[in-house]
Amino acid sequence: MIPDPMLEWLGLPVAGSAHAADVDRVMALVHWLMLVLFVGWSLFFAYVLVRFRRKAHPAASHHGLRGRWSSWIEGGVLAAEVVLLAFFSIPVWSSRVDAFPSERASTVVRVVAEQFAWNVHYPGPDGRFGRTDITLIGPANPLGLDRSDPAARDDITTINQLNVPVNRPVIVHLSSKDMVHSFTLPQMRVKQDAIPGVPQPVWFTPTETGEWEIACSQLCGLGHYRMRGFYAVQRQADFDAWLVSEAALLAEP
Amino acid sequence: MAPLKYLYSTDHKVIGLLYGFTSLCFLLVGFVLVIVIRWQLAFPGQPVPYVAGLLGAANAPGGIVLPEFYNQLGAMHGTIMVFLGVVPLAVGAFGNYLVPLQIGAPDMAFPRLNLASYWFYAAGGAIMLASFFLPGGAANNGWTSYAPLSDLAPGHGQTFWLLGMLFIIFSSLLGALNFITTIVQLRAPGLTWFRLPFFVWAQFVTAFLLLLAFPALQAAALLQGMDRLAGSSFFLPSGLAVSGQALDVAGGGNALLWQHLFWFLGHPEVYVLILPAMGIAAEVIANNTRKPLWGYRVMVYSVFVLGFLSFVVWAHHMFLTGMGTAISAFFQTTTMIISIPSVVILSSLILSLYGGSIRFTTPMLFALAFLPMFGIGGLTGLPLGLATTDIPLHDTNYVVGHFHYLVAPGTIFALFAGIYHWFPRITGRMMNDVLGRIHFAGSLICMNVIFLPMFVQGLAGVNRRLWDGGAEYAHAQGVLHFNVPMSIAAFGLAFFQLFFIVNLFMSIRYGRRVDTNPWEATTLEWNTGTAPVRVYRDPYDYSVPGAKADFTPQYERAEA
Repeated sequence: MIPDPMLEWLGLPVAGSAHAADVDRVMALVHWLMLVLFVGWSLFFAYVLVRFRRKAHPAASHHGLRGRWSSWIEGGVLAAEVVLLAFFSIPVWSSRVDAFPSERASTVVRVVAEQFAWNVHYPGPDGRFGRTDITLIGPANPLGLDRSDPAARDDITTINQLNVPVNRPVIVHLSSKDMVHSFTLPQMRVKQDAIPGVPQPVWFTPTETGEWEIACSQLCGLGHYRMRGFYAVQRQADFDAWLVSEAALLAEP
Repeated sequence: MAPLKYLYSTDHKVIGLLYGFTSLCFLLVGFVLVIVIRWQLAFPGQPVPYVAGLLGAANAPGGIVLPEFYNQLGAMHGTIMVFLGVVPLAVGAFGNYLVPLQIGAPDMAFPRLNLASYWFYAAGGAIMLASFFLPGGAANNGWTSYAPLSDLAPGHGQTFWLLGMLFIIFSSLLGALNFITTIVQLRAPGLTWFRLPFFVWAQFVTAFLLLLAFPALQAAALLQGMDRLAGSSFFLPSGLAVSGQALDVAGGGNALLWQHLFWFLGHPEVYVLILPAMGIAAEVIANNTRKPLWGYRVMVYSVFVLGFLSFVVWAHHMFLTGMGTAISAFFQTTTMIISIPSVVILSSLILSLYGGSIRFTTPMLFALAFLPMFGIGGLTGLPLGLATTDIPLHDTNYVVGHFHYLVAPGTIFALFAGIYHWFPRITGRMMNDVLGRIHFAGSLICMNVIFLPMFVQGLAGVNRRLWDGGAEYAHAQGVLHFNVPMSIAAFGLAFFQLFFIVNLFMSIRYGRRVDTNPWEATTLEWNTGTAPVRVYRDPYDYSVPGAKADFTPQYERAEA
């Protein structure tokens, strides 16, 4: 397949997830449509400004343009939009929100946003998230995790550091403790508002290994600009080793 | 000279001028705020030169803008520009001054209501300005005031914002009722609906949008005010923990509800900004091409479709709040559909140029530039209106570039066109042409240097509303360098507005005197005779074959 030059011109971040190419394809197509319309209109615009300036055309025509070809162009715009909607945008969106992978086959993690940090919560080897309670929230326990809950004993928590293995779906259960935040992984083409009281899942399958940043995209207060986290897409073995090292930290008093 | 006479006059022309002067002042205030923002974005954390002392030690110690203050500047720039600048200028000033004249009415239907509407607006504006001087300063939660951030914001800035909005909305509602009644009831004999100038149609639909959309925010502002003052929890869910402390509120509310109520106003509001501008551009273009608008009827139908559809697209601002396929498909589809009447109007205006005899007057230059600038703004709305491409672009600088192209070199250019065009109607004098052309060329270049790079930054993933412009983020590093030329262009834009300000005041006294219809226009506002008018023809009878001049005014009886 010939690479689409538009993708290069747009300068999007690295496409690091399975669905990134689908999103980018729609992005390139829309921008082609915009470019064609803008160039077409501009050429016509420049032509009429020169051709019908007062000096060149002293007496205006009362009727002006005749013919129906403008309707054809408007119809063409409509048709292009219908194609973009029906064959690209709606199906891609549907695959994002309707086709969640099974939790068994995925890396499942909770991300809890707060002013101005991302709390990350892994269920640990038992695959079950421990109970949380807002009354337990404190400086050392930003999630309010109840360590007396058996399911919580092996849970791993980090702040501003999300690690996931490559080529395996990741399901992030997203929520917020305080304000509206927006969980953004630019290279994964993931952005999801974290709204208090409205927990949301979001999923993606990373296909590139690397270390990037989590961004907050929704104004959440004076520290919004520095609500930056980090995420790493690792090979499975590295990810497993990381989990082991985090679990070892847990065992320390 | 008794200034009080003007402050309490119920004459629609005087009220229009009051609106015009006040809203231009607010546009200047909103612009000054963004100058400070642009300094901070180009030179994050460096002291603001020259005016540091004016910013206040609590906001900018040593001239360095604090993040809290930066957020105040952002929220108040948006609020002031939209609600106190552009809308009052487009509707309050142009609408009040021109609609009764263009329909041959003696005044607005309810002159005292009209004056009340101005004073509610002025009061709302005063409250907004006063909020800067409160301890803790003005509202700093974005012009969208998303809950819970705005519910829980300390200080009184947000409360003042809500109070100011209540006044402004009340003013808009009074104005909207007045416009609708006036246009329905007070048209001159012979002025049938399809003989109305397009500007009047645009104002008519705008009035319905104001009337039907604003109450949603009126209600929402009251509810948020209750949350802030009376301990209710309309927008506060249970289980909130702020700064590591469980929050002592009743809870049970819904933060998302605010967003729905806000955008149910917010999106029609976009068309409140745009429709009057389209109306002004249409008037100026018809006059300066010396031919009728192409597809006048289709344009009128399109304005109506725009008006109706603008009420069913609001949630395209909220694709990433957790929307399923069905709802997102609905809002994507309505958003794509609403682009069609916009395309029709813009195309009709461009096609109107074909066959014309184009005079490049200063108002015409602004009206012409409005077309491609508005075009860029409209086209860049497409990837934001498709939910899939909204994922990477949502809340980035791409969005900022998109709506600024619509409103700044779009709507505001049309408003400038209107000021240059109708200035002789108001004062009997022309504005200076050389100063006008410098103002135009400088503004056009600067606007594009400011806003075009925003698309590049947004595509690279740089978010909006960041105190340091995104300097923390690795993915922003490749496009941050644009911020310096963008900000220099913003300062340049300020410089070129001086030409306008000087021109405006100088021309009131020293402008070239002209006759009553210097542009040789056809619509009724240029008929300054005292006899009651009667309308005999379509609004744009320019270059009618066989007519004695290249314009035949609406009030001129058909030749026997």
